[in-house]
Amino acid sequence: MIKHFTVLAAAAAVSLAAGAAVAQDDYPTQPITMVVPFSAGGPTDTVTRLIAEPMGKALGQQFVIQNVTGAGGTVAAGQVANAEPDGYTVLMHHIGMSTAPTLYPNLPYDPLEDFETIGLVTEVPMTIVARKDFPAETLQEMIDYVKEHADEVTLANAGIGAASQLCGMLFMDAIGTQLTTVPYPGTGPALTDLVGGQVDIMCDQTTNTTGQILGGEVKAYAVTAEERLANLPDVPTTAEAGLGDFQLRIWHGLYVPAGTDPAIVEKLSSALQTALQDQNVIDRFAELGTTVVSQDRATPEAHTEMLSSQIELWAPIIKAAGVTAE
Amino acid sequence: MDLLANLGLGFDVALTPVNVLYCFVGVLLGTLVGVLPGIGPTGTVAILLPITFTLEPVTALIMLAGIYYGAQYGGSTSAILINLPGESSSAVTAIDGHQMARQGRAGQALVTAAVGSFFAGSVATLVLAVAAPPLTRIALQFGSAEYFSLIVLGLVASVALAHGSIIKALAMIVLGLLFGMVGQDLYSGQPRFTFGYFELYSGINFVSMAVGVFGVAEILRNLEDEATRSVLVKKIERLWLSKEDIRRIIMPILRATGLGSALGILPGGGHVLASFASYSLEKKLSRNEAEFGKGAIEGVAGPESANNAAAQTSFIPLMTLGIPAHPVMALIIGAFIIHGITPGPNVIRDEPALFWGVIVSMWVGNLLLLILNLPLVGLWVRMLTIPYRVLFPAIITFACIGTYSIGSNAFDIYAIALLGLVGYVLVKLDCEPAPLLLGFVLGPLLEEHLRRAMIISRGDPMTFIERPISAALLAVAVIAIVLSLMPAIRRKREEVFVEED
Repeated sequence: MIKHFTVLAAAAAVSLAAGAAVAQDDYPTQPITMVVPFSAGGPTDTVTRLIAEPMGKALGQQFVIQNVTGAGGTVAAGQVANAEPDGYTVLMHHIGMSTAPTLYPNLPYDPLEDFETIGLVTEVPMTIVARKDFPAETLQEMIDYVKEHADEVTLANAGIGAASQLCGMLFMDAIGTQLTTVPYPGTGPALTDLVGGQVDIMCDQTTNTTGQILGGEVKAYAVTAEERLANLPDVPTTAEAGLGDFQLRIWHGLYVPAGTDPAIVEKLSSALQTALQDQNVIDRFAELGTTVVSQDRATPEAHTEMLSSQIELWAPIIKAAGVTAE
Repeated sequence: MDLLANLGLGFDVALTPVNVLYCFVGVLLGTLVGVLPGIGPTGTVAILLPITFTLEPVTALIMLAGIYYGAQYGGSTSAILINLPGESSSAVTAIDGHQMARQGRAGQALVTAAVGSFFAGSVATLVLAVAAPPLTRIALQFGSAEYFSLIVLGLVASVALAHGSIIKALAMIVLGLLFGMVGQDLYSGQPRFTFGYFELYSGINFVSMAVGVFGVAEILRNLEDEATRSVLVKKIERLWLSKEDIRRIIMPILRATGLGSALGILPGGGHVLASFASYSLEKKLSRNEAEFGKGAIEGVAGPESANNAAAQTSFIPLMTLGIPAHPVMALIIGAFIIHGITPGPNVIRDEPALFWGVIVSMWVGNLLLLILNLPLVGLWVRMLTIPYRVLFPAIITFACIGTYSIGSNAFDIYAIALLGLVGYVLVKLDCEPAPLLLGFVLGPLLEEHLRRAMIISRGDPMTFIERPISAALLAVAVIAIVLSLMPAIRRKREEVFVEED
């Protein structure tokens, strides 16, 4: 009896393994859900929809975009961490993937342990901007002024974990001066108060500030890119402006739950690399002012390494700023 | 004249057959999705946004604007018919609108909402076309100190929302404030009242709150009492407004249009105040004050018009600065970006056809909304004649689907169940859900602006009276309190109490 059972179990195991092998070969046989941790229409959602289309074409299946919002993206990441590791649930996440473990000490998942990385998708440069009547014309003048008036100057950000908050912390770290930070619930209200002159300076993604810079509503001092951006030719890079070690970009990466078959991860990763060569993606990313990453960075190995070094980079900076959710 | 030339350009763009078609499709889809219980404009636009990605930029934006108006009106429809507001603005409409529906006057309530919205929307669109840039400059004068004082004034005025005991109303506002505090503190990152649930870090979802304390509580109450339930299926004699109705809604619509247009321009929360403020104002000015809360048509006409005017003028900061004033605007910005247009002050100069086309299509959208919805009123009203045992499971199911579809978060559904029970207990205690919702919406805004104003002034509370606009708003609030404490007025309020108890 027992023997019989063992044989059955072994047969079942064999057929399961065979089934799994078939599944990897056929993958994907159904639409793939791509989870976005922020609401439809936001910058991350835009990046996702742009990249999902050519990725779907490369794989011969549609991507279905699902916006799972809440708690700075941790709700979505937690959901994907617990999803079936079958390759049909993919997470798009930005730099928040690396800051969450420090910002949320009780995080119910581990970004390195609970996910397999697929690759880096894009990097969005940051701009350092000020209200248009701020008394400084260049980045150097601005830094001098800020240091001299450290107890008067206000630095806006878009809330806990936002790109502008990270950038602000890094900027204060870089110039060695602490300023009064003024948090807002999102980029919209922060930018409104900057345009209205209620606050002094801010550091945010090009996707959020380019329109206001071009319209002369805010003053731009520098952009954290290696070369000047095509749509902001008058704004110097941080290196040109004399703050070369200030190199922050908001990156986006793709992930699947830990335990996903390496063959599936490989397929997704090569679909991503194909998609990054798509002309429409290249054009639209350029319009958004984001940098198209080289293909060797859009690989699981490179991105895992980047993720773990980013987690180490942010931990001390966030802890020093004392904004963790303990 | 420039304005006429610009409007002409706008009409050229907006009236091409393709654009009119998509505007209509947008309005229709917006109404149909928005009428689902629990889905307001933000939810509807979020759900339908991807449909517009494949269209030409102008057409996409025109369709989105159509979806937005449709959803706004659809949300008011479900607020009136089944007491399920999808957004804070229509929560106020539910107070008197649903009472009208219970009295068999749902048709009049819906017609009033449609007509009021159309008028207010048309005027506000004109305001937008004529004076967007200078108005933006005024709106930018508003910093956190000014918003704080404005909200204080709003809260003081809104005690009028209650039509029973003032103490209970205050208790409900405080309870709402407490619910509003749930979540991660913006300034320190500390989680408050989250009990270890990550899902609560971004606070309690407004839709869960509205569906729970308004909708589910109402359903539980209806189920327990056969007699009150039959009220819903009372024979509906007429749908259209009587002469008396028309006389009563004209002034509220006019006042609300002005109030809503002004508040809508303020990006830091003005549009949230519009319908609450209009309701309070109409209640104070009305000769039928006692009727408010029991189906006063002014209580529908005012907030609905104010709400639509504000929805319209809240496009001003978006169009002139490229900065979204509320979640719907943020979604629309996303649509700009998807279509390769960098939203910002330059849109008006670089893309005049787009800018003016969208503005004119707003008016066209409002007109289509009126044409579409007046014939539909009869259909919506007939929904109330569906047997309740069929209707209520459908309402709950759709509300859950709607809530889930916005954030894909099952936790929001559990919150509906729990808050439904809370709402039911409150109904049993004769406590009104409207002040609770007011506290829930305005409380966090009040705290946010108070603390930010204090941060910017480095802890100096004088900032609230040194800044002229803030000082003026606070002065009005103080005057309002003093007036309400004056004996004559107090006596009058007590009389109202006696009538109601």
